[in-house]
Amino acid sequence: MSALLPMRATGACVHRRGKRLIGPIDLVLDGQGITALIGPNGAGKSTLLKALHGLERLSAGRIEWACPQARAEQLQAFVFQTPVMLRRSVLDNLTYPLRLVRTPRAAARAAAAEWCARIGLEGMEARLATVLSGGEKQKLALARALITRPQVLFLDEPSASLDGRATREIEALLMLATGAGTRIVMATHDMGQARRLAREVVFMRSGEVHEIAAAATFFDAPRTDAARAFLAGDIVD
Amino acid sequence: MNDLWDGLINAAWLVISFDADLYEIAARSLRVTLAALLIASAIALPLAALLAVQRFRFRRATIAVLNALMGLPPVVVGLIVYVFLSRSGPFGVLGLLFTPTAMIIAQVIIIVPLIASIAHQSLRELWAEYHDLLISMNAGRVQRIITLLWDGRRALLTAALAGFGRGVGEVGAIMIVGGNIDHLTRVMTTAIALETGKGNFALALGLGFVLIALSIMVNLAIHRLSQTETEGRW
Repeated sequence: MSALLPMRATGACVHRRGKRLIGPIDLVLDGQGITALIGPNGAGKSTLLKALHGLERLSAGRIEWACPQARAEQLQAFVFQTPVMLRRSVLDNLTYPLRLVRTPRAAARAAAAEWCARIGLEGMEARLATVLSGGEKQKLALARALITRPQVLFLDEPSASLDGRATREIEALLMLATGAGTRIVMATHDMGQARRLAREVVFMRSGEVHEIAAAATFFDAPRTDAARAFLAGDIVD
Repeated sequence: MNDLWDGLINAAWLVISFDADLYEIAARSLRVTLAALLIASAIALPLAALLAVQRFRFRRATIAVLNALMGLPPVVVGLIVYVFLSRSGPFGVLGLLFTPTAMIIAQVIIIVPLIASIAHQSLRELWAEYHDLLISMNAGRVQRIITLLWDGRRALLTAALAGFGRGVGEVGAIMIVGGNIDHLTRVMTTAIALETGKGNFALALGLGFVLIALSIMVNLAIHRLSQTETEGRW
């Protein structure tokens, strides 16, 4: 199996209509576990996630994976803040990414049924995905991303606007995924979640990476004043 | 007002007396229009999906032209098809003029822009919703098009039904290329035009009511087959 990591972002910038959204960003992604991208609103967390995944075109700099780009694209997955459901059944949403890579129909359906049970949606396989609750949709989106066993998973605010129970279920799935070897990069506003899950923290501010540290170190003794202020709940631009 | 009543009575009588001519031209109307609809949908729906997902240089101009072609005058289409299919025309050797095939060709040309434009409107919205997801999943261009067509199928039905409505009610083009020949190319609309010309308003109205009923029945049948407007569907 091709190894996707390490990933190196060098001087990565994204501009839109002449305005700089992020960059220049230098970042190395390697190892295992979860990296939490944190920072105030507008810091560029979502844009960085999308740029790393190839959904935002770089205006400068480059992002290099350990394997060729075409292969790298197949080994990643992305879960959006607002889960996009295909207008199909729960089961068909799960089989979709497998069918895209030409997995035989029977094998895809078997894997989808297994994931349905794993995320607590057994018995709802035939239900239309668009009518599920917010928490169910997010679990389904996560399962749909994980069903192809990506080496790297990008998550944009995976539990925004979810209740405690749904958040716990999502976090359990994330731990399951990291246990299976998936490297996760996650943007979150939820500091509790970052503390619970992250091995590494990337603190962003004004479109730039302001501080990178092991999660324990960052939360116990942040190096920069901005990070300290952010963790203290002060308003940081 | 009397003509309307007479028309309704005529329509009912033609139906319940199993009038052979009526059933023959109604069947021909359906055959021609459904064949044209099938061919036009096979062209227009993938074209609409391609216009939704693909960015190319003259995309906006193409969409604008397609929208403008929705208002193609059928008589002009009929004339052009006539010129192409007439003996001295480039396809004259095929001997298609004054046959149902010529009528199908004219109808396809008339309804392709209509179906493609309406379908494009709905697929564009669906693509806006799916764009990031499908790119993130690394779906190829053909896979994106197939996904849009499948997931948007209920919205596309509206486009197809609009095409059916335009086709089944069309008279100008098929009169020119079909010739309204009895037992060969006469359909409901050309028969209505003929009877009106003869001053036979009651029969013409009767045929008109049957045509409307036919159109409604086909619409209902397609809705029923595709299970739209049922609980839990989009």
